[in-house]
Amino acid sequence: MTSRFAALALAAAFAFPSLASAQEVDPNVHARQSLMDLYAYNLGVLGAMAQARMPYDADAASSAATSLYHLARSGSARMWPEGTDSMSIEGTRALPAIWDDMAGFGEDFMALQTATETMMNAAGTDLASLQGAMGPLGSACGGCHQSFRQPQ
Amino acid sequence: MMKRLVQGAIVLAALGGGVFWVLTRPSALPEETLAALTAHDADAARGEAVFWQGGCASCHTGPGVGFDALTEARLVLGGGREFATPFGTFYAPNISMDPQQGIGTWTLTEFATALTEGVSPEGEHYYPAFPYTTYTHATPGDVADLWAFWQTLPADPTPSRAHDVSFPFSMRRAVGMWKLLNFNTDFVRPVPTDPVESRGHYLVEALGHCGECHTPRDALGGLDRANWLAGAPNPVGQGRIPALPPQGWSAFDITAYLETGFTPEFDTAGGEMAGVIANTSRISAQDRAAIGAYLVTLRSSPSP
Repeated sequence: MTSRFAALALAAAFAFPSLASAQEVDPNVHARQSLMDLYAYNLGVLGAMAQARMPYDADAASSAATSLYHLARSGSARMWPEGTDSMSIEGTRALPAIWDDMAGFGEDFMALQTATETMMNAAGTDLASLQGAMGPLGSACGGCHQSFRQPQ
Repeated sequence: MMKRLVQGAIVLAALGGGVFWVLTRPSALPEETLAALTAHDADAARGEAVFWQGGCASCHTGPGVGFDALTEARLVLGGGREFATPFGTFYAPNISMDPQQGIGTWTLTEFATALTEGVSPEGEHYYPAFPYTTYTHATPGDVADLWAFWQTLPADPTPSRAHDVSFPFSMRRAVGMWKLLNFNTDFVRPVPTDPVESRGHYLVEALGHCGECHTPRDALGGLDRANWLAGAPNPVGQGRIPALPPQGWSAFDITAYLETGFTPEFDTAGGEMAGVIANTSRISAQDRAAIGAYLVTLRSSPSP
């Protein structure tokens, strides 16, 4: 009896493999993490120049900063529905604190929008301006990650 | 026969209690440390550097003070931050210069005893949530400079909140037992011969208290020195704290991270580390570079 049940369960697992994996990747989490990757991709250009890992290039800096500006205005509010925190589902480090303190989360997001605007206006001017805008931008990222993201 | 057994048990218990009492007695500063403290020509400006190297503000600023707060706000040490651990919840005390609620009436000796022995002016053990197991390695000169700086800091009237710790950890004398097992004045790793790496080693092991989160702990909360900086479960929440150095990071990567909070992939520091960056961004560039130079010598990092 037990073995027949186990065989059935095994057959079901083979028959519906997508059931398990579909639950693992929440589309909201996937979208959030993809957006974070795009932030990092563009920040990488600006940061590498700020830290003198690559030579300053006004056009490349300006382009990356403009991308960041638009990414911070890409309608990401929809990506944070209730029940997609680290205690509720696998595969995310988004702390429940986000939903406990939506106002604080919103303030941090506004700070990111402001910092990306400052960077967009500064990045193409010269290296010193880019470097000056880097601190506030890093603070905007870190502000949210301090309160709302679980360590690895 | 029975009577003799009972008598024997009482004698043993008394002996055991006596041994416990002696073994767990709070220690005083060694004579040579006292002499070095008072002989040192203390300097508040150097003490400010020690303040940021030691990361005092991370725990002792008020709960509302963010990592991006201005320097003046990070110098108000009114306490109140909450640290939920497996042993109970600790509340960072007020260590501002307030004479009633803070430590404004302390002497240099009392300050040094607290910092390097983990013993209060009243002769009680502090809980090791206060990383005196790290600070015990600080030089008397650094401690005296720090105290000189401390006296320039503002007073804050916030009362300290009592820790919420369960038995047997609620017994301060039990901390004496813990100290017998875990309070070690020897460095974990040997002092490197290279002067830059040696400076990094001092900042990591004596002031920066990296090991408090990046080293795993045993069942009693003692640091597992065999797995020094090898990565650990987050001591105050979910998740893991990575091994040092992080996999694939160069000395330059670490140095830049300690200044800006940006990882080599341009992710940013979060959680408790955001508060650490608020300190390391205020130490000298040479000191950040020294930490980077030292950490990369530790190991080819195992993946956390």
